[in-house]
Amino acid sequence: MGLIKFLKEKFSKKKEEKELTKQENNISEVNEQNDSKLEENNNIKKEEDLNKLNDNKNSDFDLKKYDKGLEKSRKSFADKLKSLSKKYKKVNQEYFDNLEEVLIEADVGVKLTLDVIQELLEKSKKEKLEDPEEINELLIDILFLKYVKENEDKNLELKFGSKNPTICLIVGVNGVGKTTSIAKLAYRYIKQNKKVLIVAADTFRAAAVDQLEIWAKRINCDIVTGLNNQDPASVLYKGLEKAKNENYDLVIIDTAGRLQNKVNLMNELSKMSKVINKLSPDSIKETLLIIDATTGQNGVLQAKSFYEATGLTGIIITKMDGTSKGGIILSIRDELGIPVRFIGLGEKIDDLELFDLEKYLYSLCINKD
Amino acid sequence: MAFENLTEKFQRIFKKLTGQGTLSERNMQEMLDEIKVALLEADVNYKVVKDFLNDVKQKAIGQEVLTKVNPSQMITKIVYDEIVELLGSNKTEINYNKNKPTIIMLVGLQGSGKTTTAAKLAYLMKNKLNKKVMFAACDIYRPAAVEQLKVLAKQINVPVIHEEGLSAVDIAKKAKEVVYNEHYDVLIIDTAGRLQIDEALMNELNQIKKEVNPDETLLLVDAMAGQNASEVASTFNEKVALTGVIMSKLDGDTKGGAALSVAKLTGLYIKFVGTGEKISDLDIFYPDRMASRILGMGDVVSFVEKVKDTIDEREAKKQAMRALKGQFTLDDMLKQLKQIQKLGSLGGVLSMLPGMPKINDEQKQRVENEMKNFEIIMDSMTLEERAYPEILKNSRKVRIAKGCGKTAADINRMLKYYDQAKMMMKQFKNKGGFGGFGGFGGKFPPNFGGR
Ligand SMILES: Nc1nc2c(ncn2[C@@H]2O[C@H](COP(=O)(O)OP(=O)(O)OP(=O)(O)O)[C@@H](O)[C@H]2O)c(=O)[nH]1
Ligand SMILES: Nc1nc2c(ncn2[C@@H]2O[C@H](COP(=O)(O)OP(=O)(O)OP(=O)(O)O)[C@@H](O)[C@H]2O)c(=O)[nH]1
Ligand SMILES: [Mg+2]
Ligand SMILES: [Mg+2]
Repeated sequence: MGLIKFLKEKFSKKKEEKELTKQENNISEVNEQNDSKLEENNNIKKEEDLNKLNDNKNSDFDLKKYDKGLEKSRKSFADKLKSLSKKYKKVNQEYFDNLEEVLIEADVGVKLTLDVIQELLEKSKKEKLEDPEEINELLIDILFLKYVKENEDKNLELKFGSKNPTICLIVGVNGVGKTTSIAKLAYRYIKQNKKVLIVAADTFRAAAVDQLEIWAKRINCDIVTGLNNQDPASVLYKGLEKAKNENYDLVIIDTAGRLQNKVNLMNELSKMSKVINKLSPDSIKETLLIIDATTGQNGVLQAKSFYEATGLTGIIITKMDGTSKGGIILSIRDELGIPVRFIGLGEKIDDLELFDLEKYLYSLCINKD
Repeated sequence: MAFENLTEKFQRIFKKLTGQGTLSERNMQEMLDEIKVALLEADVNYKVVKDFLNDVKQKAIGQEVLTKVNPSQMITKIVYDEIVELLGSNKTEINYNKNKPTIIMLVGLQGSGKTTTAAKLAYLMKNKLNKKVMFAACDIYRPAAVEQLKVLAKQINVPVIHEEGLSAVDIAKKAKEVVYNEHYDVLIIDTAGRLQIDEALMNELNQIKKEVNPDETLLLVDAMAGQNASEVASTFNEKVALTGVIMSKLDGDTKGGAALSVAKLTGLYIKFVGTGEKISDLDIFYPDRMASRILGMGDVVSFVEKVKDTIDEREAKKQAMRALKGQFTLDDMLKQLKQIQKLGSLGGVLSMLPGMPKINDEQKQRVENEMKNFEIIMDSMTLEERAYPEILKNSRKVRIAKGCGKTAADINRMLKYYDQAKMMMKQFKNKGGFGGFGGFGGKFPPNFGGR
């Protein structure tokens, strides 16, 4: 079960008992929007009515679907754990096995899962915890503490300097959602009154440029394109020049999908990264890796290779509206320290949120009954 | 390297097992635990792994441990055979209708490779099988999805049916009419990516099915998919009754355990695999290769043993040292070649190495032939020439070519290869890699592989 679906179900059960917070309201709203994908997309297609889209953005998108961030109290979720723990009065080996299965099936990976369960066993013994609820709470604590880093900036938004445009390079393997995420990001920052430029540097895949052009048009964003099979670095060059001359705040660069074991293609990406450093040395540079939530253990290798090729300042985990849990991001964080910045929750322009670790962990650990 | 660890672990466990008469639940457990981890790390679904290992246990218990084979080899073989069997074989071809068009519909999650694979299938059918092929572009949602298919279609000269404003169902219906009226052999329907929990869109697939009654409904599964692939495949199968699976993006370094999950849970066979972004990058599916890949050790157990017998480690080290100092000679290269040939056919050795980049049979054959050529050429060279290949000027080349019945171009190719092998020896030494194989440790110089 995906994050949203999980949250919706949990919340709808509680509806009568508890007043709905604004946040909850918005979450089910997202879900309803997902259900009407068919209709909505048709509308966009038929009408191509940009004004309407722009109007929508003012009403819909001021609402924050995810509240604060990491500081939010974990306790508010604590009672959601009850359902899992009801079955067990006392934890036993079977219960731990069950938790192990939950984590592995979320693609957290064998190594990290075993580490975490081991720690859980030791700590629960030490603290003499026997109540499954408390054990769950402890599990989430362990995962939480493993993830957070003291000196890290808690603000996950893209960084902006005072003078130069922020340059955001988007990388990842094939089909993970790079192009769509770029449209979503551009939209997010246009709404924050930034002047945004998209650079279509995937010159390789069929109709990749058309895809991005359509998005750019829908959200009224400027875009720089090149010719088919042109060197992507030259399109990039053109984009960076334009950004500098015309005072953009944010440049987002689309790149062709590539599997991390293709040396030539990874070199091509390094080259692009170097072009940015050279042409815009004073800019803040963000390099985001897109990871598809359905990805298994290969995700760690992806993160390693892309990190080596371009450096990474964060991850966007996409397709979290599906039934995959995207647990591989925890392994990536564990091994490489790369933080998740955003989460993709659908195919529409506003289906992008800041990553909320707590909500994520709760959805990861509590969907079993 | 991960597979080395696993192999080492296995060998340690094997030692304990030798000397025990039969396989029992107890003496197998450690071994099975290791296999469990290997399968999980390969992204085979947790529940599938559990069931699977139970089956294996049942098969193995009570089997006599033959004196010549160690028990671990027996278990590995049982596991391997079981995976191969599950993955199936001989069922991978598409059945074409004789008197009417064959209709193939591609379905799957977003970004799984449907559109690209539609083009690959068309290319295969048109160019290799001489079929008259048509596309129906039924992804009316994703920006430029239709354009993407059109661009690909143009490259292979296949017409696309699409009409702005029509629903996916109506486009499919219209395409069916056209292929029937105009006597096409094959219609390939590209559909939008969708989540298996998206009722509305799953329903759309069913409606298309009802209208056009496809002969094949194939699910695209991304080779990098994790644990959830099993649920995705089961649900797609329940809701739209699949007839097979295509696994995409196997050219990566993922183990592809999703293949096993999907096979075990749906009973469907993998009909093709995607091995790249190009239109020609479609391969038939080999269950045995996939089994090796999933187990993550290639055929490492037997591989390591073969290697041990045939390669004098000291000699290999000496070579590597010389290479490091830049003294890698043609002679050294010849020794390398001979060692590798002793290992049996090179193709076999290659396919045993996990994580090998895609090398098809034809390329393997080419590599082997080249090796033979080099050996023949070098047999006609003097010791001095082998030690200092730099001195090979035209006159010498002509002489050698005459002596061995090859051309100067053959000799030049060998020299080029020598240069690359030398570089690679250095690189491997620096990386502390597979010294024993020198230039061949899992990699071939670029002019052998193709990309
Ligand atoms: N359900 C869902 N689908 C998504 C999400 N993000 C992207 N997609 C879909 O995933 C598919 C691939 O997205 P793209 O943006 O084209 O992916 P890409 O990484 O640019 O692909 P390449 O450029 O071909 O490597 C499209 O069908 C998108 O609509 C998401 O968060 N949820
Ligand atoms: N390396 C590699 N890339 C592949 C393979 N098959 C597809 N791709 C790439 O994966 C990405 C997605 O492929 P598409 O064919 O657009 O996938 P799709 O399922 O049609 O995507 P949606 O229509 O958005 O759901 C593209 O970048 C393709 O080039 C493969 O076998 N190997
Ligand atoms: Mg793209
Ligand atoms: Mg498509």
